[in-house]
Amino acid sequence: MAESREGVVYTETVVHSATPQFAADAPYQLAIVALDSGRKVTVRISGDRAEIGDRVLFVEERDGVAYYRKR
Amino acid sequence: MRPVAVIGIGKTAFGVLPGDLRSLAVEAIAGALSDAGMGAAAVEAFYLGNFAGPSFVGQNHLAPYVGMAAGFGAIPATRIEDACASSGSAFFHAWQSVAAGIYDVVVAAGVEKMTSQGTPRVTEILAAAGDMASEGRAGATFPALFAMIARRHMHEFGTTRRQLASVAVKNHANGAKNPLAHMRKVITLEQALGGKPVAEPLTVYDCSLISDGAAAVVIVPAEHAKRYTSRFARVLAVAQTSDHVALDEKPSVTVFPAVRSAGDRAYALAGLGPQDIEFAEVHDCFTIAEIVASEDLGFVPKGDGGPFAEAGCSAITGRLPINTSGGLKSKGHPVGATGVGQICDVMTQLRGDASERQTARHRIGLAQNLGGSGATCVVTILEAA
Repeated sequence: MAESREGVVYTETVVHSATPQFAADAPYQLAIVALDSGRKVTVRISGDRAEIGDRVLFVEERDGVAYYRKR
Repeated sequence: MRPVAVIGIGKTAFGVLPGDLRSLAVEAIAGALSDAGMGAAAVEAFYLGNFAGPSFVGQNHLAPYVGMAAGFGAIPATRIEDACASSGSAFFHAWQSVAAGIYDVVVAAGVEKMTSQGTPRVTEILAAAGDMASEGRAGATFPALFAMIARRHMHEFGTTRRQLASVAVKNHANGAKNPLAHMRKVITLEQALGGKPVAEPLTVYDCSLISDGAAAVVIVPAEHAKRYTSRFARVLAVAQTSDHVALDEKPSVTVFPAVRSAGDRAYALAGLGPQDIEFAEVHDCFTIAEIVASEDLGFVPKGDGGPFAEAGCSAITGRLPINTSGGLKSKGHPVGATGVGQICDVMTQLRGDASERQTARHRIGLAQNLGGSGATCVVTILEAA
């Protein structure tokens, strides 16, 4: 069974100073999401800003980066 | 295990320095040897902490590269890399070799030359101290990792932006009085609160500095120390522990298990508890890191680190002075030099040499050096001779 790609924001930040690789993305929101499976993953948040406790779900993977958005 | 003593310390200033990596390291080592009253020929082994010489300055094979220039000759020379805890780890391994009776005179040093690269490239090099396949790939910089620690700490314990800022204000006040500090500038709470955001909620005033610098110490068996100097300190304990590199693999990001375990082991070795520590240098790579360290070292209960700092308890005149050197925030953070640099700073207090930064009690001091977002921790406890 595939791992659920939905969970709750455990913590988050908005990154203003990025590495050269991600400079064009800044500012961007980064979060550690506690998936329903119990595992935690570090992902990007797209769309509305998410806060600790918000439910988020997987949107897409682009260039190896997983994007989640508020449910 | 034989008791060990630190008999000599040497440090360059920390900051934007003209010297190259090797000349900075040699300057610090020469200072430590001179302070110990010995020549380079007496040294039997050399451990050098360095995080990213190959990335910052394009040079590898650093221990013999530095050691030969320092005059050490054919002795074993070993570079140790444990991110920001590289030279704390170098000190741990040097201490082991003397405590185990293998060598009688060992130098532990640390060096980093960072300012030859611009901030975006430095950010990228530092990010590789995290897990590049997971958090790094998602765009986590080091400020971002500690920002997420801060955010969660605020959520769980009510820690405030003012409390974070008060750590920066205190450390700048201390560093302004330290002639070797990188940024000798007093800042106000308003400035610290209004800084440019780096990774929310952290601003530039929550982040340590990008610095060049080197530090070195000479250690010997404690029973030999008096042959060299009366101004030595006993190493009561050194403990090094590890944890996950990726922040998202930790059960909680508001606790550093490696800090707790290194602290517990060091207290047990020294036969002391947190209440016996009279002053400390802790690893404030970010303001939140000083708050979490003060909790995980047992100085205050979990969650009380913010109020403790805001109330002035960790000021030079407070109940437990923390980072009287100015910390990484103001003194500077040449990553590979930081751990041994902290030991030099503790020695300066133990010897009563800290002039206007001198603490009222200075018989027993602790240094805590953290690697990455908590994957390595080295805790050292020293006692004045």
